[in-house]
Amino acid sequence: MFRNQYDSDISVWSPQGRLHQVEYALEAVKQGSAAVGLRSKTHAVLVAVKRTPGDLASYQKKMIRIDDHMGVAIAGLTSDARVLSNYMRTEAMRSKMLYNRPLPIGRIVSALADKAQVNTQNYGGRPYGVGLLVIGQDETGPHLFECSPSGNNFEYYAMAIGARGQSAKTYLERHYEQFAEASLEDLVHHGLQALKATLQQDKKLDTDNASVAFVGENQKFTVLEGEALTSYLARLGSTDAPAAAAAPADVAPMETE
Amino acid sequence: MADGISAPIEHRYSPYTDNGGTILAIAGEDFCVIAGDTRQSEGYSINTRYAPKVFKMSNNSVLANSGFHADGVTLAKQLDQRIQESTGEWYRHAHEKDMSTPAFAQLLATTLYGKRFFPYYTFSIVGGLDKEGKGCVYGYDPVGSFERYTCRAAGSAQNLIQPFLDSQVGITAVNRAEQLSLVSVIRIVKDAFTSATERDIYTGDFIEMFIITQEGVETQLHPLKRD
Amino acid sequence: MNRQDQLLDGFYRRDTYSPRVQDMYPRDQPSAFAGVDPVAHTQSPIVTGTSVIALKFQGGVMMAADTLASYGSLARFRDVERLHKLTDTAVLGSTGDVSDYQHVQHMMERLMIREDYHNDGHKLAPPHLFEYLRNVMYHRRSKNDPLWNRFVLAGHHNNTSFLGYVDLQGTTYQSDTIATGFGAHLAQPLLRKAVESRGGPQNVTEEDAIKIIEDCMRVLFYRDARSLNKFQRATIATDRLEITEPYSVDTEWAFAESIRGYGV
Repeated sequence: MFRNQYDSDISVWSPQGRLHQVEYALEAVKQGSAAVGLRSKTHAVLVAVKRTPGDLASYQKKMIRIDDHMGVAIAGLTSDARVLSNYMRTEAMRSKMLYNRPLPIGRIVSALADKAQVNTQNYGGRPYGVGLLVIGQDETGPHLFECSPSGNNFEYYAMAIGARGQSAKTYLERHYEQFAEASLEDLVHHGLQALKATLQQDKKLDTDNASVAFVGENQKFTVLEGEALTSYLARLGSTDAPAAAAAPADVAPMETE
Repeated sequence: MADGISAPIEHRYSPYTDNGGTILAIAGEDFCVIAGDTRQSEGYSINTRYAPKVFKMSNNSVLANSGFHADGVTLAKQLDQRIQESTGEWYRHAHEKDMSTPAFAQLLATTLYGKRFFPYYTFSIVGGLDKEGKGCVYGYDPVGSFERYTCRAAGSAQNLIQPFLDSQVGITAVNRAEQLSLVSVIRIVKDAFTSATERDIYTGDFIEMFIITQEGVETQLHPLKRD
Repeated sequence: MNRQDQLLDGFYRRDTYSPRVQDMYPRDQPSAFAGVDPVAHTQSPIVTGTSVIALKFQGGVMMAADTLASYGSLARFRDVERLHKLTDTAVLGSTGDVSDYQHVQHMMERLMIREDYHNDGHKLAPPHLFEYLRNVMYHRRSKNDPLWNRFVLAGHHNNTSFLGYVDLQGTTYQSDTIATGFGAHLAQPLLRKAVESRGGPQNVTEEDAIKIIEDCMRVLFYRDARSLNKFQRATIATDRLEITEPYSVDTEWAFAESIRGYGV
């Protein structure tokens, strides 16, 4: 993607009918490390790979709890994700305060989309530089949504965002028919396998860089990290992951996370 | 007015009412028991036999409110939003851990004092474990002045129960409570409520009891006389 | 000395040594607020409805209220409906000021419309509506501008019955039986006895419930001078919400002839 004369502000159309700034924001999501979401009839699961700037640093967290029934995985600008997740938390609390009702997942996702849209139409502004996978459980069951900087949002059976997310999507497309009836453990396993497909050749999922979260009926939103993942990773190591689709050329990770 | 008969009937509005009810808490060596009856009254009427007034706020702090029920519920809800894991958010989101009971006790005091000139009409007690893991109890007045106790009763049967607790548990920091076992503390709590139910019309129906230990919070419900 | 001054006097001329603001500004000095009355909100209801009674039964909830709206002791309006269908699963009954009740009706209506606009399958269940109403009532009492009502919210959603009370002070409770106003004294004991003697609401059939409600409404008509023998009854059960047209129960007045002051 190259600079051109129609990308200096968000509110300027290109003659081809494109908003280049929005498309750049979508690129920012692709620079973030991968996050995968999938759901069954009873649970929704997120898995993600965390990045670290080096051996001396901690890993950037990828999962954010919104409420007991909802959480997100992020890819892109972490600081933008913090703004959005704070907004989601405020709305979740407001719903509890006013109606004593856990905030319906679809509603907050629409509200998020409205916020993102505003940033694609105002001069001098910039779109959010983060993509979210939102999972949650409400009266209508478990849900998985993707929120993107363009203001689009879709509900999915399974979805991946972030660097080389396409490889994960290939895995998900091949296996999604099994997800509906899968147990929570199997769902996490599928998620990790999809996530594994996004890794560079020399990288592995381990207790340091993997992050798992899930929610369901009678299951509060829970994040598993570190030693808690040992059994899942052991199972992952013992299965032969399907050959990943040819990964696109690696994009150099910028200061996105 | 002396000649009450000739006075016109007057409906004066008050933003407060008294819903009765009794709460108490006892701090043990490594546990804390905090309990309340579940009756809600207004005048001579019993509104309901089960309206909880003791609330689990986190994995180690429990709040009990007597007095004006609506304020008690609002207060608990407001505090809940600020602290704990299951519904409350800000403290946990910021620190990713539960608030300690002494910190919660201070939060309650500032929250109550924040409404110094339109107070929450609640007599509150907080029970939990302190940083050393010892049982702790805090008692409050409606505008937030508070103190740590080893045992404390509040509400409509406060003056029936507090002397009993003082005799059975003691009032100083170094006292028998540290030797009292959980079993005997539970017995004292039950005895206190059973006796209070006999003489106080605003106490009865059920005891809802919360037992706080290192392992977490356990809830028990025991019947009281319903008359 | 007028009444207001008498009241103020009680505050100002108390025998105390504490340096209060009132003491520093003698009352015979002209005040900056002279001639300005403090903001006054509703201090009493005007047109009022009397008791609402309700109980849970096996698989549902039943509620009743008569159709009288009194102006003081005057039976002013005789066909005012005090049971309002909120959703397909919830009914709201009101005691107290009728105009405040109608205001709440409109407010809840607006809430339902806002909710329907989402069109996403999510509905406000009875407990959610109840919490909303509690917030409204508590908020208004906190502004010292109360909505002068005692509300009963009955609902049945996902095979769970809900019965809750909220009043002008924001006081709330839930119970198997609820009665407001005079009903709290006359009907509540009858309702509790009827339900408890059967071992709980799960043993009260719908026929039982109708009988219990009608007996209570009869007692209330006999004894409550602000009541009317013309009432509606709402039933909220699985996949069913119905509010009857106003109807009456049979009453017996022959004995009244022998009561001194009524008959001869």
